[in-house]
Amino acid sequence: MRPFTFLIVLALASLILFAGSLLFGSVHISLTSAWHAFISADTQSSSRIITELRLPRALAAFATGALLAQAGALMQVLVRNPLADPYILGVSGGAATAVLIGMLLGLSGTFGLTGLAFLGALVAMLLVFAIAHQRGSWTPSRLLLTGVVIAAGWGAAISLILSVAPAANLHGMLFWLMGDLGYSHSSLFSFSALIIGLILSMLLSSQLNVLIRGDKLAATLGINLNQLHIKIYILASLLTAAAVVQAGSIGFVGFIVPHLVRLSGINDHRYLLPAATLGGGILVLLADTVARTIIAPQQLPVGIITALIGIPLFLFLLQREARQ
Amino acid sequence: MIRTKNLSLKVGHTQVCLDLDWEIKAGERWAILGVNGSGKTTLLHTLAGLRSDFTGEIMLQDKPLQRLPRKTVAQQLGLLLQQQEDHFPGTVLETVLVGRHPHLNAWQWETETDVSIARDALKKMGLENFEQRSIQTLSGGERQRVALATLITQQTPLLLLDEPINHLDIHQQHDVMQLLLNNDSSSTTLCVLHDVNLAARYCNHALLLLGEGQTRSGRCEEVLTENYLSALYQHPIEKVMYQGKPFYIPA
Repeated sequence: MRPFTFLIVLALASLILFAGSLLFGSVHISLTSAWHAFISADTQSSSRIITELRLPRALAAFATGALLAQAGALMQVLVRNPLADPYILGVSGGAATAVLIGMLLGLSGTFGLTGLAFLGALVAMLLVFAIAHQRGSWTPSRLLLTGVVIAAGWGAAISLILSVAPAANLHGMLFWLMGDLGYSHSSLFSFSALIIGLILSMLLSSQLNVLIRGDKLAATLGINLNQLHIKIYILASLLTAAAVVQAGSIGFVGFIVPHLVRLSGINDHRYLLPAATLGGGILVLLADTVARTIIAPQQLPVGIITALIGIPLFLFLLQREARQ
Repeated sequence: MIRTKNLSLKVGHTQVCLDLDWEIKAGERWAILGVNGSGKTTLLHTLAGLRSDFTGEIMLQDKPLQRLPRKTVAQQLGLLLQQQEDHFPGTVLETVLVGRHPHLNAWQWETETDVSIARDALKKMGLENFEQRSIQTLSGGERQRVALATLITQQTPLLLLDEPINHLDIHQQHDVMQLLLNNDSSSTTLCVLHDVNLAARYCNHALLLLGEGQTRSGRCEEVLTENYLSALYQHPIEKVMYQGKPFYIPA
């Protein structure tokens, strides 16, 4: 499939899925009453379910997945490892630690926790940057090792908080850690971050195409490595932070989606970045719709479904590639 | 083309060169010879502007190399690296097309002209049927030819080649040397080589890295002597003439 056709298909799939996510859930809503919800400001319960619950949540799900996949694609180039995910350098660990401390201290309310998550993500990002970048430059492997070790530190801090937390707080904490879109009220912030991020990463995309062919080759082809590394790092970290703030940590999306796009034969980042953005949005939106529907009125953490969809799909494509 | 003044370069405990004054004029073809670990690659990377841990001056087209924007340098000189990094998938054509990067602006896409430059380079390397092959499935020699095609696609007047014939079969070795270092080629070439005979056959100048910062540079007939080469390789080397051309054999 030509890359441009691939993008169009992904865009259409997103739209269809959006419609589907509004209709399905613990209450099934027909297409006609869904349409009424948009054209007339009536106060029927089905209309309110759509405009007040499902639409904001669908937007939040899409934005989260899109942010994660875009951040993942950038992070994979930054550490020169197609297996990297956006959480690998500890951005989500820092955010989670800050949020859990907040919950432990009895802080509630979306705004307070959102602020804490963002603060934690920034601290984590600056910490890794400061340590890895000490001597004015870094190598991908040193950045990766620094990030992984710091992330392990956040993991230990999270375990510590969970082990001392009172039983009443535990459920909420675990749900946050597994990635939960239930708290999402406004996705305005995520969507702004997504669009600004996509524009900025598209500006870097042709340089990314050169950078994946190796540091030294990129330098001889006119790229200022140090500057480019810092730009990618900041961009990928902020995109991850925006996703974590929206929905906690949702695994697999940021790692699997860019990889799926590469396995489909798209290596040019001018196509790969928008394709991963749409693909990530699709995966999380689909997963969230399933998570709300299969054992309704109960809901599953969306991270479980992203794993259930993503892993078999990934293994299938990997097998197919090996056979070629 | 490129000129050094008082260039001193050290890597680890090895002094590659000391106060080296050296000038490479347009159209010259230089061989760099030295034993393993003598710093041939380091010197080449320094001239390409990839290292800044040297003292002295390097002037590219009479301008200090370090103060030139990287993109300007990339339009002037291309470097063939010894190893290629293939962590990410890609086709042969995509890989060769990155050679056009220095000639494009941030928002500019490769035009038909850029693609035909890349296709020409692939053809020169005998890879015309490889365009859509994944680079991760290539043999060592094929990968080396893709790297050479990328360099040709960059279209720079100065070529720095680090062991250009690595992994290549004997007929390809001569094809490549003939292509990059022929008499009427307009480019200026610097070439790290292990084979003195190839150096004598295809280059007209040579720089010998003799260790401890000592160097000899000049026309091949002046520096490729039994004395210097025996000192360089620490093994007696004999020069024999065959059909009017010099050949070097280890005694």
